[in-house]
Amino acid sequence: MTHVLLRHRDIPDLNKFEVYKKNGGFDAFKKAVTKMQPAEVTDVVKNSGLRGRGGAGFPTGMKWSFIDNKNWPHYVVANADESEPGTFKDREIMESNPFQFLEGLALASYAVGATVAYIYLRGEFWQLAAFLDEKIAEMEKAGCLGSNLFGTEYSLKIFTHLGAGAYICGEETALLESLEGKRGQPRVRPPFPPSFGLYGKPTIINNVETFTNVPMILANGADWYKSMGTADSAGVKIFSLSGRVRKPGNYELPFGTTFRQLIYEHGGGIQEGRPVKAIMPAGASSSLIVVDDKVLDTILDYATVRTLGADLGSASVIVLDDTVNIDWVVKKTIHFFKHESCGKCTPCREGNYWMKNLTERIHSGEGAKADVDLLLNVAKQMQGKCLCALGEFSTMAVVTGIERFPQDFKKVVKA
Amino acid sequence: MSLEKTYPKEVKQILSKYPPEQKRSAVMPLLFLAQREEGYINKASMQDIAKMLNITETEVASIVGFYSLYHDEKAGKYRMQICTDLPCALRGADEFIQNLCENLGIKVGETTPDGIVTLEAVTCLAACDKAPMFQTQGPDGIKYHENMTLDKTLELIEALKQTKKEVK
Repeated sequence: MTHVLLRHRDIPDLNKFEVYKKNGGFDAFKKAVTKMQPAEVTDVVKNSGLRGRGGAGFPTGMKWSFIDNKNWPHYVVANADESEPGTFKDREIMESNPFQFLEGLALASYAVGATVAYIYLRGEFWQLAAFLDEKIAEMEKAGCLGSNLFGTEYSLKIFTHLGAGAYICGEETALLESLEGKRGQPRVRPPFPPSFGLYGKPTIINNVETFTNVPMILANGADWYKSMGTADSAGVKIFSLSGRVRKPGNYELPFGTTFRQLIYEHGGGIQEGRPVKAIMPAGASSSLIVVDDKVLDTILDYATVRTLGADLGSASVIVLDDTVNIDWVVKKTIHFFKHESCGKCTPCREGNYWMKNLTERIHSGEGAKADVDLLLNVAKQMQGKCLCALGEFSTMAVVTGIERFPQDFKKVVKA
Repeated sequence: MSLEKTYPKEVKQILSKYPPEQKRSAVMPLLFLAQREEGYINKASMQDIAKMLNITETEVASIVGFYSLYHDEKAGKYRMQICTDLPCALRGADEFIQNLCENLGIKVGETTPDGIVTLEAVTCLAACDKAPMFQTQGPDGIKYHENMTLDKTLELIEALKQTKKEVK
């Protein structure tokens, strides 16, 4: 198939400026700046049905239309803090198709009237930030970024900013705090960033993959984009497939692809031909899905995955086979969340501390059934009480693991 | 020695990214700069940055403490940070780190006797399909090493030892 986002897999050297330009690069941005009103750009994105790819799936055009036009300046921020265990798609986009991402960021900036945009990259993407700086400089040299673009009044500058190792900074208000030079701890919302964002100014934040869709939507039209995917979830998605599959990696597929197609046709099936036991469709933040034939034939889109008692999130599909005991999976996810809890709200900070102690005791074989009950109790007490999604997500694998795989816990506790 | 004196070009370039009235935003890139030479940030650097950005030293220290890529203690010249989160562990990361520890004769968190490598177990590095994997954090920045084996890692450590004299 021809890719919409991972176009470098069809076009060699797409991360070189001339190659990107020759393949229609920056035509959409030029057309928007010279021939379209900003609101028209937002309308096209709205009509395309594009939803945010960072995990929440919020309609992108609608988010852009929320920008407060009574308060200036406006900012656009790209969330390149990719840190969810199981997610590794944004890095491939930025390394191999960087200009399409940057053009999307530029289009969003024009649409909401921002003249400065930031790319917040996780600190580990040190080399990638330097690479993007080069690409930004090439765009400036070619007149695709800078002052009075394409002979108009519109000017735009893009800057990279490195985080320094904190999963929480993927949460948009924590990201803004971090970008302002503070500890990355989420803000109380509302107000939301489109009215109160970076430096207190109206700000639009989207995921790297979301922006990367935009130039293609502008070039080919909203109807073209909507013709792919499902009624609920338009277009294509990059599925980061990991775990016990033979061929882990990124697969760009239309929404509506089934788990079976993703795992067997694209991922090459399970190592040693073993059966799939469980799937986590949204990385470590995911609920655990008990897998049977019916689940494997379920399509992947935001609404349908929800009918399985899970969320699609950023589509980081972790596949577990029958050699994996779920109490170990839960221990691993809690180790992650305990480390990454920012400490601002009590349920998450204390809850994860206790869940870590309990999952370790249970996994060591020293636990009793009462410890499993207590673990479930702690997780349920946290739900609905945390300041941001991190705390809520930390309970997902715990609750669904214990409730949907009770035998795995029974097996490891003392009688 | 202040950062402005040691790295005048870099400091200027960093400050130019943010609105002049929002220069606090520069604290994170300046901390990376302060950490470049010795691999950790000392009290004098924190005071220097606080003064430059007109914030308190405590505020700077709170940033150092919050983010895991900043260090306030000396370690090996290179920190070898191995991801052991769920997707990597499903591809053998736990066995990998155990074998490496046995081979180097050190535990996670410890440094090789020659002071070249400190082994650390870290959370997700967004390379789940290429485990076992780790990053090295050292004087030349942060680099990814993917689809690693024990042999490839030991070779890399040998190569890092050779760079000892070249990079000051």
